[in-house]
Amino acid sequence: MSDLLNTVVSAGTFEGNQELRSRSELTAKEVMREVGAVLRMSEADVALLAEVEADPGEDQTMIINMGPQHPSTHGVLRLMLELKGETVLRCKPIIGYLHTGMEKTGESLTFMQGGTNVTRMDYASPLNNELVFSMATEKLLGIDGDIPERAVWMRMLLSEMNRMSSHLLFMASNGMDIGAVSMMLYGWREREEVLRFFQKVTGLRMNHNFIRPGGVAADLPAGWRDDVLEILEMLGPRLDEYDTLMTGQPIWRERLQGVGVITRDEAIALGATGPILRSTGLAWDLRRDMPYLNYKDVDFDVIVGSYGDAFDRYAIRLAEIRESMRIVRQILGKMPGGDFRIQNKKVTPPPRARIDESMEALIHHFKIFTEGFKVPEGEVYVAIESPRGEIGCYIASDGSATPYRMHVRAPSFVNVQALPHMMRGGLVADAVAVISSVDPVLGEVDR
Amino acid sequence: MTTDVLHDCVLGQSHGQSVLFVPKDRYIATLRKLIDDSYTMCVDLTAVDFLTHPGRTLPEAIAPERFEIVVNLLSMRDRTRLRLRTQVSEADASIDSAFDLYPGTEAMEREVFDMFGITFNGHPDLTRILMPEDWDGHPLRKDYSQGRIPVQFKGSAS
Repeated sequence: MSDLLNTVVSAGTFEGNQELRSRSELTAKEVMREVGAVLRMSEADVALLAEVEADPGEDQTMIINMGPQHPSTHGVLRLMLELKGETVLRCKPIIGYLHTGMEKTGESLTFMQGGTNVTRMDYASPLNNELVFSMATEKLLGIDGDIPERAVWMRMLLSEMNRMSSHLLFMASNGMDIGAVSMMLYGWREREEVLRFFQKVTGLRMNHNFIRPGGVAADLPAGWRDDVLEILEMLGPRLDEYDTLMTGQPIWRERLQGVGVITRDEAIALGATGPILRSTGLAWDLRRDMPYLNYKDVDFDVIVGSYGDAFDRYAIRLAEIRESMRIVRQILGKMPGGDFRIQNKKVTPPPRARIDESMEALIHHFKIFTEGFKVPEGEVYVAIESPRGEIGCYIASDGSATPYRMHVRAPSFVNVQALPHMMRGGLVADAVAVISSVDPVLGEVDR
Repeated sequence: MTTDVLHDCVLGQSHGQSVLFVPKDRYIATLRKLIDDSYTMCVDLTAVDFLTHPGRTLPEAIAPERFEIVVNLLSMRDRTRLRLRTQVSEADASIDSAFDLYPGTEAMEREVFDMFGITFNGHPDLTRILMPEDWDGHPLRKDYSQGRIPVQFKGSAS
C-alpha cells in the first residue's frame, strides 16, 4: 500500500489552462459553448446561430477579470468576461479557489464524524447538508424507515428554519449587490434571530453537526415552541416591510426585471435546480414531487415564476420564506413526543446516565465515537431540496466504518455553470445582479 | 442482486434505487435512448476509484474495472431517478463525453477529469476545474495520499 501512495499520475495540464481564451485560439464549438449556445439544439440550429453571431473582431473586444476578490462574487468566484463596450459577449466562471478536498477528507472520517465535514460545504444551509448525508447513511444501513417520528419532524423543523435563514441571507446579499444597503442590514438582522434559535437548539450558530445518522443529536430545549413562535411573529411583518422596500419599488424592478433570463429547456439542459428552475415556470420541488421526511403531511405551495429573470428568482425566494413559515406553523402543531434518535445500539451511543453506571455502556460509547459503526457494502444516492436546489449525496461503502467514496452533488456547483448563459448579451452592471440571483455558496461550489 | 434488462443493459436494484449497468461502448447510445424515455435531466455525474475495493457487488455479467462513472438521471415526467454505472478500465481511462446530450455535464466531467484523471472524448474544454491548473496528480484516486502536516511536539528529542 505504501508504494501505491507515492505514485503520482502526471496530469499534463498547465498554468493558464482554465482561463477564458481569446476567440482566435478557440474552435467554433468552444466558442459556442462559452456563449452558452449549445443547449440541446440540433446541429442545424447551431449552424444557423453561428451565422448570426458574427465574430466581433478582437480589436473591439476586451477580456476582463471579475474576482476572485470582487465583493459581489460572494466569496472567491472569478469570472472572466469578454466585453464589447458594456456588453458581455462571453463569460467563464473559474472556480476552485476555495477547494479544500472535502470529498477526499470525507473518505477518512467515519460515518459518525462525516457530518462535521459535509456541514461545512454549504455553510449557509448546513442543516440540509447534514440531513442529506444522514439520510444516505441511513439508507445504506437499512434503517431509513425506522427513524422515530419526533426525529423526522425535528429534522423538518430545522430544515425549514434553515431555508428561512438561507433565503434571508440571500435577501441581504442581493440587496447589497444591487445597492439597497439597508436591505443588507435588515436581512442579516432577521437571519441572526433564526441563528439564535439554532444556537439554542444545537449549541452553534452554524456548522451544527446536529442531524446525525439515526436521528438528531439532542432533544429540543425547553421553551423551543415559544422561540419559534416569536420568530414567526417577528418575521411576518418584516417580510411585508421588504415588500414595501423592494418588491414594488421602481428602481429595484428596473434593476432586476428582464436581467439574466433563462428558459425552462435551458435550465433543464444545464441541470439547474431550485429557484432558478422554478423561476422558469416549472413547478419542480423535491419536497412535493419526490417527498422525503414527512413533507407529504404538510400543506405548502411550490412557488414559480414566469419570466425566468432575476426578479422572479428574488420574488420566489421571498415567497418561499413565507411558505417555510407556513410549514413551520404546521410542524408546531404536529410535533410528536418520543425518542429523538433511533434506539438501535449499532448507531446510537448509550445515554449519558448509563455511562456512569455501566462499564459496557462506557466501552460502547468509546467505540462508537472512535471507531464508528460499520456500514454494509453498497452504494446509494439520496437527494433533497436545499434552499439552492437539489443537494444530493452519493455514498459508496465497502463495508467499513468510513465511506469508500462520498460525493456531494452541490446545487451551487451546477447552478454557477448556468451563469455564462444568463449573462450573454447583458451589461456588465447586470452581471452583478445575475450572480446574486443565482445565490451561489462558494464553499459548496468548490468543496 | 436481482437483475432486469433495459435497453440491452443490466438493470439492478440498490436499496430500492434503479441502477443501470451500461457498457462503455454503448454509453452515449444508451443515454440517447434514455432521453427519449423522458430522463431529460442529468443531475449528477461522478466517478469512483475501486482500486482498494475490487470485490464489490456487481451483477454477474459485469466485469469490474478500476473506475466507475456514475451518472444520476432524473425524469421529471415520471418522477423517477435512474443511476448509470459504467466500468472504465485503468489502461484506457477515457469515455465519451455526454456534453452534447446534457450540456450541464460540462463542469461535472471536468471535475471527474480533475479528480480521477479520466478523460472525456469530445469534451469542449477538458481542463482542471477545482485544483490549480499546473497540479500534478488526481486527488480522489485511491493511490493518491491524503497528505498530512507533520506535528512537532515541543521538547521532544528529535
